[in-house]
Amino acid sequence: MTKQEIRDTIVSCLCEVAPEIDPATVKDDVSFRDQFDVDSMDLLNFVIAMHERLGVDIPESEYGRLGTVDLLVEFISARLAATPA
Amino acid sequence: MAEFVMPALGADMSAGTLLEWLKQPGDHVERGEIIAIVHTDKADIEVEVYSSGVLQELLVEPGTEVPTGTVLALIGEEGEAPVAKPAEAAEPALVLAGGDGHRLLVSPSAKHLAAELGVDLATVEGSGPGGRIQRKDVERAKAAAPPSAPTPAPSPPPLAPAVPPAPPPPAATPAVEAQAAMRRAIAASMSRSKREIPHVYLSQTIDLSPAVAWLADENTRRSVPDRLLLGVLLVKAVALALRDFPELNARWEGDQVVRSERIHVGNAIFLRGGGLVAPAIHDTDQRTLDELMHSFRDLVARARSFSLRAAEMSDPTITVTSIGERGVEAIFPIIVPPQVAIVGFGKVVDRPWVSNGQLLVCPLVTATVSVDHRVADGHVGSAFLAAVDQRLQEPDDL
Repeated sequence: MTKQEIRDTIVSCLCEVAPEIDPATVKDDVSFRDQFDVDSMDLLNFVIAMHERLGVDIPESEYGRLGTVDLLVEFISARLAATPA
Repeated sequence: MAEFVMPALGADMSAGTLLEWLKQPGDHVERGEIIAIVHTDKADIEVEVYSSGVLQELLVEPGTEVPTGTVLALIGEEGEAPVAKPAEAAEPALVLAGGDGHRLLVSPSAKHLAAELGVDLATVEGSGPGGRIQRKDVERAKAAAPPSAPTPAPSPPPLAPAVPPAPPPPAATPAVEAQAAMRRAIAASMSRSKREIPHVYLSQTIDLSPAVAWLADENTRRSVPDRLLLGVLLVKAVALALRDFPELNARWEGDQVVRSERIHVGNAIFLRGGGLVAPAIHDTDQRTLDELMHSFRDLVARARSFSLRAAEMSDPTITVTSIGERGVEAIFPIIVPPQVAIVGFGKVVDRPWVSNGQLLVCPLVTATVSVDHRVADGHVGSAFLAAVDQRLQEPDDL
């Protein structure tokens, strides 16, 4: 899976949780909380959606560190690369 | 013969509009089963029956606004012959004009969902009877829609125009109308509260170290979908503390307070596009954290898709709001009549904290309670907050 595909899936999951978000407006280097009106339940549903679509488990301890699309793409691509095919 | 009436879903609700019958005369109905959808200023609500039997007669047609307490239908014993149903009752309430002039048959909840998701109903193919558009059709259309095209680069601003362009005419979309109705409902309820209820506000800083550590440890052992949120621990702590403060778990009716034997915590949920609702989780104090988490997720999802149930809206005995996660450290909320107290939690922040003579950095939260002074004095609210604090120091017991 390319980083672009991961990025598109992340944005798709985000829009699934918060349907009012226009995917074209998502800024990859700005935190979700600063860009959108999302609460803790939204973030949990976002993590669950990414887990279901990408098969990657994001530990709760990493939530605070992975607040942007860019950071998530790097984290998930590293996890996928470390996963045996 | 039992009566199914227009429920009162809030202290300021005097009437509601029947939107849709989900059952027809002759159908068997079970206690707790949802048989109708009612429109209020705050939301479209699914209304359940309180007795089992056979739906005998529908007395109100979809689209009709009636006062609360109006009998909408009659429910008889098994074996009783139903009264012939009115032909109109079999059809959905809303018929909208499509873009090319043809008529669209749309369920009310599908109409709301389409407005929320920005789906043009004229492009949706209905899968219901007679081509009726249902929620699942809107969801399918939304999923199939291509993502929005990137916004084109703005063209250079024109040189100073001789005549400024006329502003576009105001257009009240369904979403805007719904938001305006929501604001009116909140305005009525909150104005009444501040007019009639002498509030006393109290706050306490609570060290969440034990709860946060317990939660982090617990969630490492759980799969992603089964993880708990801190908010669930806060709600459970409030519910358990309320057992010792029944005067705060009550309703003000007429000129007296009526205590509730059961604890139904209302949870303030903000809605996308504005407004909020506070549906109840019934018997909050008796539920496990897993059950509460499941209920909370379900409530949030249904609140934002306009599919709450009548009892959830009418039954809260106290409300909890956690607006703090959006960045504020304390909230002093307004009591929701006829309740007599409301609890607020601010944002969890790491701060210096002295514990057993040692200066530590701890996750702290400001808990507040607004109490109806007609019902209880400040010392009761103060003791209640101390009890919430105590519960949160022992997360294993939540």
